[in-house]
Amino acid sequence: MSIRLGVPSKGRLMDKTFDWFGARGVTLKKAGHDRGYAGAVEGIEGVELVLLSASEIPRELAQGRLHLGVTGSDLVQEGIAGWDLKLRVLAPMGFGGADLVIAVPQAWVDVEGLEDLDAVCADFRRRHGMRLRIATKYHRLVREFLRERGVADYLLVDSQGATEGTVRNETAEAVADITSTGETLRANGLKVLPDGLIHASQATLFKSREAPWMTEDRALLDRLTAQLGV
Amino acid sequence: MIPAVPASARAEAARLTALFRAAGAEPVETPILQPAETLLDLYGEDIRARAYVTADPLRGEMMLRPDFTVPVVRMHMAEGGDPARYTYAGEVFRRQETDPERPVEFLQVGFELFGGDDPAAADAEVFSAIASALEGLALRPSTGDIGLLRAAVEGLETTAPRKAALMRHLWRPRRFRTLLTRFGGQAAPDAARAALLASADPLGGKGPGAGPEIGLRSAEEIAARIEALREDAAAPPIPAEQIALIDAILDLSETAPNVLSALRDIAVDLPAIGPAVQGLSARMEALAARGIDVDALPFEGSFGRTSLEYYDGFVFGFSAPDRPDLPPLSTGGRYDALTRVLGGGKGVRAVGGVIRPELVARVQEGRA
Repeated sequence: MSIRLGVPSKGRLMDKTFDWFGARGVTLKKAGHDRGYAGAVEGIEGVELVLLSASEIPRELAQGRLHLGVTGSDLVQEGIAGWDLKLRVLAPMGFGGADLVIAVPQAWVDVEGLEDLDAVCADFRRRHGMRLRIATKYHRLVREFLRERGVADYLLVDSQGATEGTVRNETAEAVADITSTGETLRANGLKVLPDGLIHASQATLFKSREAPWMTEDRALLDRLTAQLGV
Repeated sequence: MIPAVPASARAEAARLTALFRAAGAEPVETPILQPAETLLDLYGEDIRARAYVTADPLRGEMMLRPDFTVPVVRMHMAEGGDPARYTYAGEVFRRQETDPERPVEFLQVGFELFGGDDPAAADAEVFSAIASALEGLALRPSTGDIGLLRAAVEGLETTAPRKAALMRHLWRPRRFRTLLTRFGGQAAPDAARAALLASADPLGGKGPGAGPEIGLRSAEEIAARIEALREDAAAPPIPAEQIALIDAILDLSETAPNVLSALRDIAVDLPAIGPAVQGLSARMEALAARGIDVDALPFEGSFGRTSLEYYDGFVFGFSAPDRPDLPPLSTGGRYDALTRVLGGGKGVRAVGGVIRPELVARVQEGRA
C-alpha cells in the first residue's frame, strides 16, 4: 500500500516544496535525469511522489487520484466547486503567497471601495449601454465575492495572462488579478481597492477526501503528519 | 448518474397541463437553448453560476433555459394577443455549485397571464389556478408584494439618485441596508472622501493617486460622478422616521387582513404607498371572490426579495410545512417591468407561476 503525494513539477514552487518537506525530515527529489517527472521520497516508507503541473493538482485531488497534494489555495478554490467537501487543508505552507484582488485605474479618484465600484457599474451601464468589464481568470472566486458584497451590473471577461494590461488596451475597465506586492498593477496605472481582497493564496498541503484511504494508508498518513508536524 | 424524470412526475406534469388548459391557457413550447446575452443582461453574471452555458459556433454563447419566463415573454411580446394565457411544461436546467443533492434538471409546469385591464383580478386568477391545482396537498401559501416596497422607496423624502440606487438593490438585502444606512446619515464619515469632494480640482494635480487616464471610463465621467457625490453629500439625510417605516414594511409578517390594516396606518405617514395598499386590498377582494381563504392567508413584507429579480408586484409561493428539506413546490408573481425590458420599451401587464411536478410527486409519495 502506498499513498500518492502530488507536488508541482518545476520552478520555485517545486523547490520550496522540497525545502519545506526536507526541513521536516522528508526528502523529496526528482529521480533520474533532471527533466523527468519521476520522483522519489526518502525518510518515510510508502509515500509515492507524483510530479505534475500545479494547475492539475486540484483536479487530481478532487477526483481522488492523489491522496495528498501541494498547490496554491487559489487554484483549488477557483477550480473545484464545493472544494471543502472534497479536500481538506492539512497545512498552509507559508510560501507562494499572492493575493487575488480587485484593481481599478488610479485615475478613478472617485472609487475607494466596492460600494463605489458598484455605483460606477450602474453609471457605466447607463452611459455606455454595456456592463462594466472586469478581466480575470478567476471567474468563480470573483463572481462569488461580488455577489456576496452586492456588486451588480458587471461583466467578467476572460483573461488568461497579462491581465494588468487589459484596461490600457480597453478590453476591460477593471481587473481581478493575482499580485504579491501590487507593483505590476501600479506600474500599469491601476490601484487595488482596500476592500477588494478576494482571496489570500499560499501554497497549501491538501488531503483528498475522495481518494481510497485504506486502513494502512490512514496509519501511514498519521505517521507522515506526525513527522511533518501538521 | 443523474436519474431521469420519474414517471410519477411526468404524470403529474400532464395532469397540471390539462388543468391549466381547462382554465383557458394555450399550450406553448420554447427552445431549450436560449441566447446567453439576454439572460446575462437581465440577471447579471450571477446567472452563470446557476445556468449551463454552452457555445454555438454561429450564435455565440447559449444557455440551457434556467426557466421559461424569459422565452415565453419574448414570444408573447413578438406575437401575443391581449389578454393571453399560456401554459408550458418541460425541463429547466440549473447548475449546482455547492449542493450535489440538488437536481440539475427538473420539470416545471407554468401558467402565465398577459395583458388584461385588472391586475388584481389577474393576480387572483393565477394564484387560484395554482392553488386549486395543488389542492389536497395541505401546502402553506406565502405571499408578498414587491410593489409595496418599490412604492415606499419612491415615497421617501430624498433625491432621485438615492431612490434609484435603493431601487436597483431591492433584491440584495445587504447592499440595500448599507445604502439605507448611508443615506440616513448613519454611516461613519470618510475623511478621504470628504477631502476629495472639498478639493477645488479633484482630477487635477496629477499628484499621488491620480494616475494616467486609461480605459473607456473618461475623465468627464469621473468628474460627473464627483459632482453627483457632492450633491449627495449636500443633500439632507433620509429622516430616521422614514427609514423606520421601510423597516416596518419589511418586518410585516401576519395574515393578509392584519397586514392590510398595519399598512393603512403606515400609509398615513408614507402616503406614496397608498395606491399599492389599494392594490393589495383589491387583490384580497379578488382572491376572496375566487374562494381563497384570505383571512388566513399569510403575508410577509420581505417575501420574494432574494429570488430572481424580475418580480415587481405580487409574489407568492407554496411549500410543504412537513417537508422543510424541499424547496417551494410553486413560486410566482407579477413581472410587468420585465416585459418592458424584453419588449424593447413596450410593456404589458404580466403575472404567472410555476409548479415543480417532481416535488408534488415526492410530497405525495412521502405521505402515502
